[in-house]
Amino acid sequence: MRKNECVAMLLAGGEGRRLGVLTKDLAKPAVHFGGKYRIIDFTLSNCVHSGIETVGVLTQYQPLELTQHLGIGTPWGLDRREGGMHVLPPYVRQKGGSWYKGTANAIYQNLGFIERYDPEYVLIISGDHIYKMNYDLLLDAHKKNRADATLAVISVPWAETNRFGILSVDEDDRVVEFAEKPKKANSNLASMGVYMFSWSVLKEALIRDEAERHSSNDFGKDIIPTLLKDGARLFSYRFNDYWKDVGTIDSLWEANMDLLEDRPSLQLNDRSWRIFSASPNQPAQYIAQTAKVQGSLINEGCFVEGRVNRSVLFHGARVGEGSVVEDSILMPGAIIGKDARIIRAIVGEGAVVGDGCLLGSVDSEDIAVVGSGETIRPEAELKEVEPV
Amino acid sequence: MKLPMMGVINLIHEADEMESLTANRCLATVPFGGRYRLIDFVLSSMVNSGIPKVAVFAHTKFRSLMDHLGSGSNWDLHRKQSGLFVLPPSMEDQTDFGKGDLYHFYRNRDYFYRSPLEYVVISRSHMVCNVDFAKVLDQHRETGADITVVCKTSAEGVPGLARKVKVNAAGRIIEMQDHFGRLDSDVVSMEMYVLSKDLLLDLVETSLAQGSDHFVRHSILSRLNQLKVLSYMHEGVLGVVNNIAAYYRHSMELLQPEVWKELFFKPGSIYTKVKDEPPTHYRNSADVSHSLIANGCDIEGTVNNSILFRGVKVGKGAVVNNSIVMQNGVIGENGSLENCILDKEVQIRAQQQLRGSVEMPFIALKRKVI
Repeated sequence: MRKNECVAMLLAGGEGRRLGVLTKDLAKPAVHFGGKYRIIDFTLSNCVHSGIETVGVLTQYQPLELTQHLGIGTPWGLDRREGGMHVLPPYVRQKGGSWYKGTANAIYQNLGFIERYDPEYVLIISGDHIYKMNYDLLLDAHKKNRADATLAVISVPWAETNRFGILSVDEDDRVVEFAEKPKKANSNLASMGVYMFSWSVLKEALIRDEAERHSSNDFGKDIIPTLLKDGARLFSYRFNDYWKDVGTIDSLWEANMDLLEDRPSLQLNDRSWRIFSASPNQPAQYIAQTAKVQGSLINEGCFVEGRVNRSVLFHGARVGEGSVVEDSILMPGAIIGKDARIIRAIVGEGAVVGDGCLLGSVDSEDIAVVGSGETIRPEAELKEVEPV
Repeated sequence: MKLPMMGVINLIHEADEMESLTANRCLATVPFGGRYRLIDFVLSSMVNSGIPKVAVFAHTKFRSLMDHLGSGSNWDLHRKQSGLFVLPPSMEDQTDFGKGDLYHFYRNRDYFYRSPLEYVVISRSHMVCNVDFAKVLDQHRETGADITVVCKTSAEGVPGLARKVKVNAAGRIIEMQDHFGRLDSDVVSMEMYVLSKDLLLDLVETSLAQGSDHFVRHSILSRLNQLKVLSYMHEGVLGVVNNIAAYYRHSMELLQPEVWKELFFKPGSIYTKVKDEPPTHYRNSADVSHSLIANGCDIEGTVNNSILFRGVKVGKGAVVNNSIVMQNGVIGENGSLENCILDKEVQIRAQQQLRGSVEMPFIALKRKVI
């Protein structure tokens, strides 16, 4: 990919309401994932590995921790003199300004940013999915089809088709039908929210959409259906690898557990496709004499004296002697005291679970959640934190 | 807080008996503690103490040093003003290599001149410790010392090569010897010298004019009577790591939880070059205890009383005991290690067994396939 042939616009304003207390002070793309990373690291690393070196990151909801994590793009090698990563919050112009009304409006408000690089193609991605994808191959397909827009798609279980934008395609992979969250789907090909646009087509579509008074200014609801209706060349690009929307407590927990299989379908330890992230620079993890660790992912700075089974421990997490952590996620700096039992739970950043506490249970359908910085003591009644 | 002090990490003629571990690298970049290099400890101590400007006087085999330090960004030393300076030996002909540190200080005197910082701390790279130099400087100013030397009292002695000193009741250093001296004292020098920049430059010039060119041996030892040389007693952990016995022993000491908690965190954190390794994966068959494990490892076998550096793979049925495996080492299925030090990227084939003894650990060369 030539420099600035393609500019990526990364939508990272997500509120992540369904993640409950985990996104209380945090945008969804900044939620911790996989023992070391934040969700947005996956898409940013994808950009870098695909040769895209100009990335606009659109932020909106609770951006403090997200922008702190992003910095000037150093962990991803995006601190460039030319191009690189740029954080793009909503801003006020002479004629007033507004929050990003929808995904399309967010890009519309930053047309000026894209124009500075005058690319041939614009890639629209979002910072709340876990997957490893070479966008260069998507661009190749886009060029080969002489497409106006190419949508990355993945087959989803038929039962879940009502959660996604569903596409029907002909034998040339050209999109013939698009339905946003249909009640009754004609296909199980779901849009991944990864769009490659020819810049001229996108620009025109965004300007037209903005003038439309009743539009909700959303790619899935407005831009794509309108382009399809107008007979634009819309193509699909099939993705057959691991992809997960981690928008709910359950899916976040599941995606973390997916990493623990002996042959995980998302391989983190792949030297050709490293996921980059800001490093906490903490010492090597300490596994004590009394510890037993199996089927788990443990990050630097952890101090383990108890038993850890099928769990993910982020940097600086501590597990005291006699404690058992099973099927759980301990976010950065989470501290588990002695003789505690943590089962099917997510313990938030810096949270403290006191000696002898019980959290979660094997039989429970729900994942128990302790919010960031909370303290749980055995005498206090366990706070049931329901996913919203 | 910014200290009015500049740092010097002096790698010129460091005492080094590290055998093959320093065959292709300098002592400063010997891997230690799962993810660090020896120099990280003193460098991080300086940065955490508020020293804004650090020079590393490189000498020999410094390719790995340049690679490790880079722009200094991992220590927050990539500054527009001050920051990190790596000063390679500036020589006019080959014989200059043999000359002492004072000669190199003199050749690089601009480093000292070009800054208003009033004090200098000169240190070596092989002291594994976590020191607050602000406290050393405080004592230095309060006592009105000419030179303050950071020392450590150690009743059982240190396994590495260290300079012994004799301190009187007032804390003044009255005797100091080279590491091979027989001085009867349980105080050793940590080779960290705080003095004013003016005094240093004066010592450099007068010593060189007298034809002597070693900072400690010539400028200080011969002037213990004229200069007020005081000791500062370091309370924390210390490892003098410049021979294999000391390397092995101090590595194993990291497996004591108190040492781990103190050395890496107090008073500040130790920083190193960041690698993008994922968290370590413990498979279902893993059995790990009493060990220090860095990121990016993939463990299917048994690890006990050992240190694994970043990216080490331990195959099914393999057993690693009392050993140190450096970056990207691979232990094949059912292989076994006991009292071994494997340098970077060593591969142990399946079923292979290696044994050393605690006194003489087996050392495997970098990239060796066994």
